[in-house]
Amino acid sequence: MSSALTPTPHTPSATWSERLLKLHIDVWLVGLLAAVGCMGLAVLYSASGGSANEVFAQFQRLVLGFVVMITLAQVPPDYYRAGAPWFYGAACVLLVLVLVLGDHAKGAQRWLDLGVLRFQPSEMMKLAMPMMVAAWLHGRPLPPGWRDVLMTLALIGLPSSLVVVQPDLGTCLLIMAAGGFALYLGGLSWRWIVGAAAAIAAAAPLLWYRLHDYQRNRVLTFLDPESDPLGTGYHITQSKIAIGSGGAFGKGLLNGTQAKLDFLPEAHTDFIFAVLAEELGMIGVLALLCLYVAIVGRGLFIAMRGHDSFQRLLAGALSLTFFIYVFINMGMVMGLMPVVGVPLPLFSYGGTSAVTLLAGFGMLMSIHTHRKLLTS
Amino acid sequence: MVLDSFDALKDLYEEKRSFTRRIVMATLLCLLMVCLLIARLGDLQLLQHEYFSTRADDNRMRVVAMPPVRGLIYDRNGTLLAQNRPSFDLEVTRDQVDNLDALLATLAPVMNLTPGDLARFKDRARKTPRYRGVALKTNLTPAEVAAFEINRFAFKGVDIQAGLSRTYPLGAEASHLIGYVGGISEAEFSKLDERQYQGINLIGKLGIEKSHEEELRGTPGARIVEANAAGRPLRELEQRPGAPGRNLYLTLDAKLQQVAEAALGDLDGAVAAIDPQTGEVLALVSKPGFDPEPFVGGISNRQYRELLNDPGRPLYNRALQGTYPPGSTIKPFMSFAGLAFDEAGMDTHAFCSGTYYLPNTTRKYRCHKRSGHGTVDMRSAMARSCDVFFYQLAQGLGIDRINKALGNFGFGRATGIDIPHERNGLLPSREWKTRARKETWFPGETLNIGIGQGYWQVTPLQMAQATARLAMRGGGFEPHMVHAYEDPITGTVTGVTPTPLPPFDGERPKDFESVISTMESVMHEPGGTAYRVGRDAPYRIAGKTGTAQVAGLSQTEDDVPTLDSTPKHLRDHAWFMAFAPIDKPRIAIAVLAEHAGHGGSVAAPVARQVMDQYLLGKVIYATVTLPATLDAASGEDSTEFDGYVAPEERTTSTPVAAPRVAPPMITIPAQAPGAPKPAAAGDSPADAVEAPNPEAGFVAPAVAPPRTGDAGERAPPDDEHPEPPAP
Repeated sequence: MSSALTPTPHTPSATWSERLLKLHIDVWLVGLLAAVGCMGLAVLYSASGGSANEVFAQFQRLVLGFVVMITLAQVPPDYYRAGAPWFYGAACVLLVLVLVLGDHAKGAQRWLDLGVLRFQPSEMMKLAMPMMVAAWLHGRPLPPGWRDVLMTLALIGLPSSLVVVQPDLGTCLLIMAAGGFALYLGGLSWRWIVGAAAAIAAAAPLLWYRLHDYQRNRVLTFLDPESDPLGTGYHITQSKIAIGSGGAFGKGLLNGTQAKLDFLPEAHTDFIFAVLAEELGMIGVLALLCLYVAIVGRGLFIAMRGHDSFQRLLAGALSLTFFIYVFINMGMVMGLMPVVGVPLPLFSYGGTSAVTLLAGFGMLMSIHTHRKLLTS
Repeated sequence: MVLDSFDALKDLYEEKRSFTRRIVMATLLCLLMVCLLIARLGDLQLLQHEYFSTRADDNRMRVVAMPPVRGLIYDRNGTLLAQNRPSFDLEVTRDQVDNLDALLATLAPVMNLTPGDLARFKDRARKTPRYRGVALKTNLTPAEVAAFEINRFAFKGVDIQAGLSRTYPLGAEASHLIGYVGGISEAEFSKLDERQYQGINLIGKLGIEKSHEEELRGTPGARIVEANAAGRPLRELEQRPGAPGRNLYLTLDAKLQQVAEAALGDLDGAVAAIDPQTGEVLALVSKPGFDPEPFVGGISNRQYRELLNDPGRPLYNRALQGTYPPGSTIKPFMSFAGLAFDEAGMDTHAFCSGTYYLPNTTRKYRCHKRSGHGTVDMRSAMARSCDVFFYQLAQGLGIDRINKALGNFGFGRATGIDIPHERNGLLPSREWKTRARKETWFPGETLNIGIGQGYWQVTPLQMAQATARLAMRGGGFEPHMVHAYEDPITGTVTGVTPTPLPPFDGERPKDFESVISTMESVMHEPGGTAYRVGRDAPYRIAGKTGTAQVAGLSQTEDDVPTLDSTPKHLRDHAWFMAFAPIDKPRIAIAVLAEHAGHGGSVAAPVARQVMDQYLLGKVIYATVTLPATLDAASGEDSTEFDGYVAPEERTTSTPVAAPRVAPPMITIPAQAPGAPKPAAAGDSPADAVEAPNPEAGFVAPAVAPPRTGDAGERAPPDDEHPEPPAP
């Protein structure tokens, strides 16, 4: 155990890692995340029609994200545990404020304008949720008793409902997933899990009627995209054409016709995966998938080695949520699931999501690099 | 305490194990989901790659048509008959317009836009992408172009687009024949091969423009361009060259066409002239004509209705859509039938008392000459157009043999000329009557058929073609309009080889010569019904006049209605058919003048002028106004020929020495009372014109009014027929 904690100083690489570890930097995570970021910038360059400005703006955001990540890595995990309720509470308050005075953008109330900064409190909640659940379950006997489960469900339910009425179904699902993963990793009884699944299945018809028209259309379109190829099915039809026409090796960077000629909507944001698949082909997609799987694997590895419940649950929940991001985005772009507004992590153009995700990885690195001996 | 901490440790250990199990399960689930993603990826990118590649290409590739230049149409001498002319259209590109309604409102007064223009524009706009121009007004005049140019600054998104339109220098003189092009209608569009019409807006609608659409149109070229999602072309990927349409050299002689058109004067009718040696159509006139050019830019409803409602029916091509009973012009063919079946010879005689009866019947079949021609043989019967001789001949032949012999000349079926909408006409037969009328054939009907009345329906083109076959002594070619095709790029000219017609069955050259010699008598022997027209011709003509009866006359009605007293639509049609020169025929012609009276006085002069023009290069024949009184000249003629006097001969100062080119001035004697009963031949008004009446009713031509079953028929007065009747 101790050997893992104290890297052997005999090889140069170990020295390197050791030095970086002291700076609370995990080489694996930083390297993998940077690789995804670089690949994203290259595809973004193509997707935005060769716009250096857009690439540079995105590069700046990524740099900011990495700075945030490394900064957050310096903070010991215990501080996060202690601060979790405050952070969670603040996020809830902001969500309420959004509903009261938020800006409307694209038909939904998601943004809060603080004068100097416009941001989405729901993004904040993506971090606050797993922190809060992990902190709540920390120190309680696990697997959690029914009281704790109910309390956790309440913690998850409150902000989720605030987000879903914005309305932002995609983010709501991600927030619920983050809290849910923490609860699951905490050892939630299978009976609860099966029961919840049954309850959701039973509530689905009811939920259907609560959906907004555009949300319903997305589901219908998912079921049969060609039914309305120029309307709601257009996105998914065009993205499938882009992916399929890419083939095994792709058309080459900058040669994707679907994106460059504007057939593919949202080519540089939510649908950037289709551009990657069109231009770099299956090879490129598999390379990216490997990077993502490695990142999630590294995250889960860190979680397994977490010191206490809080660290394990938080690290695990963050890693799994990251995976869910990837899966939902790729799945929707490939037509495996309805279109929900989830960007491809660290790949899609847009600052908020990248910074949030990297902040999460900052906490992961904090957990990884602030380990102490159990018996000290 | 120790125990507590041990329990705590144990719990911690349990917690970690439970957590690890959960992580492992989650990892497995994640890997499963990754497999799902990869499977889907393989499905899209490997299995369905080809399909989606095609879809992607369909998305991005646009075919921009390069319409071919339509072929020109020339006459046989290289005179332009249809040409392309630069045209200017006013176009609006909606992409560049901020407020379309406001723009149209301000543009309307400047460019004189009509509500029709605006309606058509809105219609076109619906079918056109926004970034492409939509025509607002086509075929701008230079003045309109100028008016727009000075105001151009005020109309963003409006532009003048140069293109090619079509003009017809001959205008109404050859409108039926050449036809016109016009916008492609929905019905036409559904039938045509869309690839052949990429970028083409005009299609042949009538005449040569329609029948030779394929050659004239050419093949559109295309540029394959890459376009973005909005359809805007970004770069060219490929060019596929097309081919311009071929130029057509028609068999038509434009000068001849004009002479024929002018010769008809104010008459409604048709002239068809064919070169019998090749089947080339030299002139094909239908009057009245119409100006084809309004059709090119899209004729207005009002203009179109006017043409449709015009009582002269200018849109109707009389030369090959007009079907008329042939009247006496059928007699040469009847003679040929008689000779061919050995039913008659040149020496066959008949006695014409003015009336003919079928054995054991009382129904009168009258000769147009009531007093009778006396004894006639085949030559004099032809020259004087004696109906009784041909009643007798028809009776001898019977309907079946008549049908067979005359069918050889092409009656009863379209000639197959390369102009659309040709009618078949009708060659009566027993089978036809059984089929169409569900009635048996009556012997009396055969007699009417023998003089070109009854069920007969013949188009002027059919008559010209039958004449050409006679001229060629049974030979001849399919009538056609195209002499040669020219490739506009290489200049290569490809001639059209005439298609010879199958020879008759067992024809005898001497029979043709016999018939032709009788037709020569019509033109060149005094007393011939067209002697007045043929006598001064420097070439020998074989011809036959005809007067096709329109209205019937009752069996008992003895008075001949005068031309003037008869409503125009009931007056007789004037026919004439001829070919010349007799020994080496170069032109075969048929002339029909609707409701114009007698063939010899009205139709024959038209034909003579056309033949003059073609054979001599100028018209030396001239007609004069016919005075209503007799003069010496007519008397002279009448004594020469067996007491017979052609009416015109009697009433005209015939010889006109000075040749001049002039449209015929034909005046029908106005004061009927004095004119008619000429000293000649003692025909009394009473028997001057009476008509045969078949037992079973008689079919009048299409224009005839409805008749009752027992109404009689007025015999077709031929021209020889003296004249203008009493009021």
